Amino acid sequence: MERILRIQNLSLTREGRKILENVNLVLNSGQVHALLGINGSGKSSLAYSIMGCEGYSPDSGKIIYDGQELNKLSITERARLGITLAWQEPARFEGIPVGKYVGLGLKKPDRQKVINALKAVALPAKVYGYRSADKTLSGGERKRVELAAVYAMRPRLAILDEPDSGVDIISLDDISRLIRNLAEEGAAVLLITHRKDFVDTADVASLMCAGTVIFTGDPHETRLFFEKRCIPHVEALGTQPWNESLPEVQAAFASNGELRSSNK
Amino acid sequence: MTQSSNRKHASGESPAWAQEMTQILDAYKLAGGDPEALQLPKVATLVINTNHILAVHEIPGVVIHAEPLENGVRADITVEPNTKVEQPIHLCFGVVPADGVQDIIANYEIGENATAQFLAHCSFPNAVHVKHNMKAHIHVSKNASLTYTEEHFHGENGGVEVYPFSEVMVDEGGQFFSTFALTRGRIGLLSIDYQVYAAANAVVKMTTKAYGFADDKVKVNEVVHLDGEKARGLTLSRVAVREHAVSQIFTTMEGNAAGARGHMDCTEIVRGQAVAHNTPLVVVRNDQAQVTHEAAIGSVNQKELEALMAKGLDEDEAVDLIIRGMIR
Repeated sequence: MERILRIQNLSLTREGRKILENVNLVLNSGQVHALLGINGSGKSSLAYSIMGCEGYSPDSGKIIYDGQELNKLSITERARLGITLAWQEPARFEGIPVGKYVGLGLKKPDRQKVINALKAVALPAKVYGYRSADKTLSGGERKRVELAAVYAMRPRLAILDEPDSGVDIISLDDISRLIRNLAEEGAAVLLITHRKDFVDTADVASLMCAGTVIFTGDPHETRLFFEKRCIPHVEALGTQPWNESLPEVQAAFASNGELRSSNK
Repeated sequence: MTQSSNRKHASGESPAWAQEMTQILDAYKLAGGDPEALQLPKVATLVINTNHILAVHEIPGVVIHAEPLENGVRADITVEPNTKVEQPIHLCFGVVPADGVQDIIANYEIGENATAQFLAHCSFPNAVHVKHNMKAHIHVSKNASLTYTEEHFHGENGGVEVYPFSEVMVDEGGQFFSTFALTRGRIGLLSIDYQVYAAANAVVKMTTKAYGFADDKVKVNEVVHLDGEKARGLTLSRVAVREHAVSQIFTTMEGNAAGARGHMDCTEIVRGQAVAHNTPLVVVRNDQAQVTHEAAIGSVNQKELEALMAKGLDEDEAVDLIIRGMIR
């Protein structure tokens, strides 16, 4: 099992506000690594920082991929190293056919790979291949197209930001299978999700709170803690700013004897 | 007058005619046309080079009358009532020489309950100083439907000035769908002026696509008058300009009757030193009407750009793909 990504003490400020603080995380090839946390805990920001999106350059810390520091590389350079990201709400493209979009990450055009990738997300190429990846697709369809594009690319590191949200229940098994296939074919998958069944099929899980990773360990235990302790606790905090809630959540975390932080 | 399959050549089929026909068909191809389609017996066609009428082909229900003018052609095309034209009516207007003026005066009459598509290609492949004036009057009768697609190719020199003017009357329950595209080669100067009047329950959708560079200039003035109850109108403008090109899009939508619904949607992408202007004007004269507009002018959407770059495209490739998709 190869360590493909190591994030060391990553911090990020946007518009004067701390978004990520001393994040430490390790991803291994061939593993699905679930990332949990309440809304606003920094999961998507971490995903954008790894991908190199505009406005998400870290203030400090390192993102090391396959032994190479990524911090100064563009999105394109990172993608060409084998990293890609499926956005939570994928962009819409007027006039770009789904089939073409799905094949963009291929090193050379391969119609069959595109057909297979669409099939993997239960979208028949005959029906969807020539449709535009635009606003005429439903939210769920667009997400499945995005996942197909990631799958066709066969990345070494796939970052999937809530790939299950907005997808119909019938297609969730296909999405779950696709994620497992990516890992079985050797990719590291960082899976941001809230779904119980998705977390439980991951190999490892981390919990984010207030911009940092506070625990990494068994997916089932992590999810149970998240559901039973984090969510009720944060709900009880009401409208407090998230950064002020961190000590209280950490205290709640520390009071649970079953879990110990292993984020370093 | 209704004629069965009837292909007419104004100059017979002399060697000079054949040479000119070959040249205009080559130009037609450059504008995106399919020359073979012009030869099909079931396809009504009109082929014009400057003021030479090279071919006229009528089919049942479609009457074409063309006559030369000093600097162009007057063309009257009638689709008779209740006619469903299966294949698009192909129009080819061009100026093959480097210099010239072409005036086209067109009258298109779509009879009641008729349905037709027009596919017009205007090509000026060698233009250095060419001016093309188009003055069209289009009447879409009650419950008729016209889909009018016009593609231009102005060559690579930028020496073309094109002034299309159209006045379109859409009667009750009629439908008018138009697409104007100038997305290959240079534009030169393009100044579109469309006035569309929609009666009760009429539907109007107009799409303009242009891609300008160097010192190209694009000016679009579209006015849709939703005069009848429950008339509906939509304008889509998709323009990209780079280098020193300039675009000016003026779109007006008038909601003048109860239940009228209009929307204007403009996207312009600007690169380099280019300048894009967009002026939507909403006029509502009835408290039961509603008109909306949206516009996005400027750089490529960052989220779209990053999504493509995350697939391995560099920034220029991603921008080009987004623009090509937008004007496709």
